[in-house]
Amino acid sequence: MLSVRDLHRPGLLDASFDLADRECVAVRGPSGAGKSLLLRAIADLDLNDGVVTLDDRSRADMPAPQWRRLVTYVPAEPGWWAETVGGHFPDWSGAASLVDALSLPAASRDWPIARLSTGERQRFALIRALLLRPRVLLLDEPTSGLDPEGAAAVERLVADHLALGNSAIWVTHDAEQAGRVAARSLAVDHGRLTEASR
Amino acid sequence: MNFIALDYADLAIAALLVVLNGALSIALRLGLERQLAIATARMIVQLLLVGVVLTTLFSIVSPTWTALAALAMVLFAGREIMARQERRLKGFWAYGLGTSCMLVAASLVTIFALLTQLQADPWYHPRYTLPLLGMILGNTMTGISLGLDTLTTALVRDRGAIEAQLMLGATRREALLPATRAALRSALMPIVNSMAATGLVSLPGMMTGQILAGVDPVEAVKYQLLIMFLIAGGTALGAITAVIAAGYRLTDARHRLRLDRLGPARDGI
Repeated sequence: MLSVRDLHRPGLLDASFDLADRECVAVRGPSGAGKSLLLRAIADLDLNDGVVTLDDRSRADMPAPQWRRLVTYVPAEPGWWAETVGGHFPDWSGAASLVDALSLPAASRDWPIARLSTGERQRFALIRALLLRPRVLLLDEPTSGLDPEGAAAVERLVADHLALGNSAIWVTHDAEQAGRVAARSLAVDHGRLTEASR
Repeated sequence: MNFIALDYADLAIAALLVVLNGALSIALRLGLERQLAIATARMIVQLLLVGVVLTTLFSIVSPTWTALAALAMVLFAGREIMARQERRLKGFWAYGLGTSCMLVAASLVTIFALLTQLQADPWYHPRYTLPLLGMILGNTMTGISLGLDTLTTALVRDRGAIEAQLMLGATRREALLPATRAALRSALMPIVNSMAATGLVSLPGMMTGQILAGVDPVEAVKYQLLIMFLIAGGTALGAITAVIAAGYRLTDARHRLRLDRLGPARDGI
């Protein structure tokens, strides 16, 4: 279980909530409301205060890289450090089934990053994160660049991740998607987080 | 040693060439005459002052005054490092980081040379200490400025790539490695180039100076080799410590990229 208590950072007021195993919670709110800031703060990527624990282990008690392998942020516009897709996957064969599940060809290993579409980037970034087998996925509009079939494939992969006993926080603009992937919604507005009624 | 002393009339005749430059600038409307005049005047005053200061220092041979002169040189060079950064670290670090790394690197290498190769009497004799330090400082300064500038530029430009690695559990050291490598390469490139070109493309100033002063060319070459080795050592030491320290300053113990500790880009660099 992920537990967030009094999480605070510039642009985000004290946020507190719990996320059970096998649960996905949707985060909704207008652009610039602080949704990405919330996810970045949970992943400890920016300066922030607050107590965040995973399975009763505080993130303050473990090195940040270890925390980020357990609670992994997948940004809406992922970054790339190598020239080709394959350069981001130390073990491409291990990624094969996920690549296939997201309707990407096996030959995409040699694709240059510069030529990828937004949707392709988002799918590779999700695969990259899933390969770490994180306990919690922090998804920042992971299907904004995808067509409905692509989005459905991503939703299936995240459902598989949940079925293994893991959890996810899913930022989305799409009310229907929020209803499909999550039983619960949090609303962010002006940096304030509230449990959304639905 | 015999060398031909110059009198001020000789210099005045040579200075006519600069006057000619000024005349050209006016005739061709280059607009450089004012800057040229100021630069020439500054050079004359600065060099004459240095001559007087060095003469005084050489006659008193005091460890305190030699150390003070050396410190002043380091502080000026530190300002130069700061002035050459497109993006400076915020606060005291803008000046302090480059300057302290340069201070450590240049003094270590200078003292090393004074104690082992030169063995002057006394070892801190300003006739050896100050010229040696000056040459090492000049190059270490260039190395550190290039290294820091390349590092900060790369961190800002590649922020997405670096944070992507951090998000996936890379340590700050792993995530900053490409930028650190690029910074050290550009810091060391000038000294590598100048070692390769020296003797063929350029005759180093110090060596030609010694030859003009009547030193046997082979002896002058030996001095030049010593200086080049010292410069290479000082530049590498200074650049590596400065780039690594800046890398630590621009990240934190929670392995976050801290570009908020970097000032905005400045124009005109």
